[in-house]
Amino acid sequence: MNSVGTLMQGNEAIAKGALYAGASYYAGYPITPSSEIAEICSRELPKRGGVFMQMEDEIASMAAIIGASASGAKAFTATSGPGFSLMQEHISAAVIMEMPVVVVNVQREGPCVGLATKPAQADIMQLRWGRHGDQAIVALIPATVRECFELAVKAFNIAEKYRVPVILAPDEVVGHMRESVVVPAPGELEIVDRVRPTCAPGEYRPLDFTPGAVAPLAAFGSEYVFRMTASMSGEDACSNSDPANAARRVAQLYTKLEAGREDIVLTRGYDTGDCDVLVVAAGSPVRAARTAAREARAAGRKVGVLQIQTIWPFPGAEINACAAKAERVVVAEMNYDGQIAGEVRKCLDDPSRIRTVNTFNGTIITPGLIAEALA
Amino acid sequence: MAHATGRAYIRREGLPHISCAGCGNGIIAGAMARAFEELGLARNEIVVVPGIGCSGTINRYLNVNYLHSTHGRALAFATGIKAANPALNVVCFVGDGDGVTIGGNHLIHAARRNMGITVILVNNYNYGMTGGQVSGATPADARTSTTMMGNPERGFDICELVRAAGANFVARETAVAGVRLKKRIKEALTNPGFSLLEVMSPCTTLFGPRNGKKTPVDMLRWLKEKALSPEKFAKTENAAAQGYFRVGTLADERADSFSTRYEAMRRRVLDAAGGR
Repeated sequence: MNSVGTLMQGNEAIAKGALYAGASYYAGYPITPSSEIAEICSRELPKRGGVFMQMEDEIASMAAIIGASASGAKAFTATSGPGFSLMQEHISAAVIMEMPVVVVNVQREGPCVGLATKPAQADIMQLRWGRHGDQAIVALIPATVRECFELAVKAFNIAEKYRVPVILAPDEVVGHMRESVVVPAPGELEIVDRVRPTCAPGEYRPLDFTPGAVAPLAAFGSEYVFRMTASMSGEDACSNSDPANAARRVAQLYTKLEAGREDIVLTRGYDTGDCDVLVVAAGSPVRAARTAAREARAAGRKVGVLQIQTIWPFPGAEINACAAKAERVVVAEMNYDGQIAGEVRKCLDDPSRIRTVNTFNGTIITPGLIAEALA
Repeated sequence: MAHATGRAYIRREGLPHISCAGCGNGIIAGAMARAFEELGLARNEIVVVPGIGCSGTINRYLNVNYLHSTHGRALAFATGIKAANPALNVVCFVGDGDGVTIGGNHLIHAARRNMGITVILVNNYNYGMTGGQVSGATPADARTSTTMMGNPERGFDICELVRAAGANFVARETAVAGVRLKKRIKEALTNPGFSLLEVMSPCTTLFGPRNGKKTPVDMLRWLKEKALSPEKFAKTENAAAQGYFRVGTLADERADSFSTRYEAMRRRVLDAAGGR
């Protein structure tokens, strides 16, 4: 095994993690700070029998990966702010079709074109609520290059297992930083593939609205003749406007993720057992938080850090549990509003304990900024 | 050979259809089903990709794989379906609003790539599903619900557009001519690259009555009268300005498709890796 480690960029680790997970189709449109992922896929996928396509825009990119997934491929795309906004309608198409796809959104400072090369975490709400209509998705945020690899694999696993679009959303710092990574050996990380139907072709239904259910997914070209639709449908994917059916259809989009919550919601605690002050963060601010917490511990303060890896579904119960004994809860994030802090406020018994640390000018959150909030 | 009915490809539970009396959708879908049958295509190897609009209701009546996509984006979904499995017969069934107005960018790029997919673009001159608004294919001066005093813009010549973008196969027919339609669909399906069949189709509820064609029959007669062979079209003075259009096969090339070219590139990649 290569235990020495390879110097690798976050975006490169995402691309390699996707290939490790079995991705065989990539469609995307160039955009900073995500373009390295496309470039690596353009080189690596053909060697592995896969297909890379640079599409005319991000709308087409999202559509193409859904189509490829329907043909049986593990498919993904990568983008940033403006491109991610263009992808929203088709992310909801993947939600309603229950099509496994992975979307990487390397977060940059906005609004609109904004600061293309600078980091932000101002898409936290867009990840969850960027689309119209009732729907649930999964979003993961890595804080290290190794996590870029691991969470890319996890993103595909969740997408395949729950037939849901999964968004992997590093900030620009994590996407572009280089760290030494021990690349997992083949077989070291679990790889999940979608469940295929085994029933007689005439009996196959591509959807199952039983609460918590995930229907097996056939591929176009297999022995199963089946349908997919972006419209409201019955379990046979034929149009259906019956209110009772719509209620079952919508509810199952939520209940399947609730049923898998333990598998999906990932957090990491650092010295959270006894902390008087808890710092909550995701992505690159986790790194600053850990440094600040270490320094505070050295000075005799009981500071812990809870890292959010799964931002959606939001780990409210996990945060509340870690914050049980904390006098203060510091939420550090790179946006103006405190998008994560707002969610933390909802889940804490006593939200008056919250202090917020925010940057919204394309600069990172430093250990010094967090230390000020700890003082 | 027995006459093809196309019945095996029709989903009878979906009937009766929801199109207006005199709509071309049924004739076009029937021609497509018969083309499938005459080519001996297996149902599980066909994927129909409709968009949104009157043409997008076609999936209700089909007993093949389909992916009913979003407005304007059928070709982008189809691109992924075909690229991931080049053995599939992928047919986009779209309208003029869907296929060339909101979806114009995907249309020209799919043609440029020479994706091995067939597009049946039903041109009924307006947005029928939403009340008959102007589209990118509505002729100049025509009346629609958003151009009641006449369309100040000009409509696309869809076949010229797609041909210029690099498609292998381009043809136009009217929904009046079922047998010709079937022939063109078979030609389109057997071409290895990008194929577009534009079908001039009557909107008997909205576009027709607003533009002096009061009954479905008037609208069908008008389409029949305006459809000219390329030879007759060339001999007619100011043909396009008078609403005449060419029908028949307008381009039929055999350039390699995207998938063929991609496979060749992949072989070069593998050869280069092996030679190192």
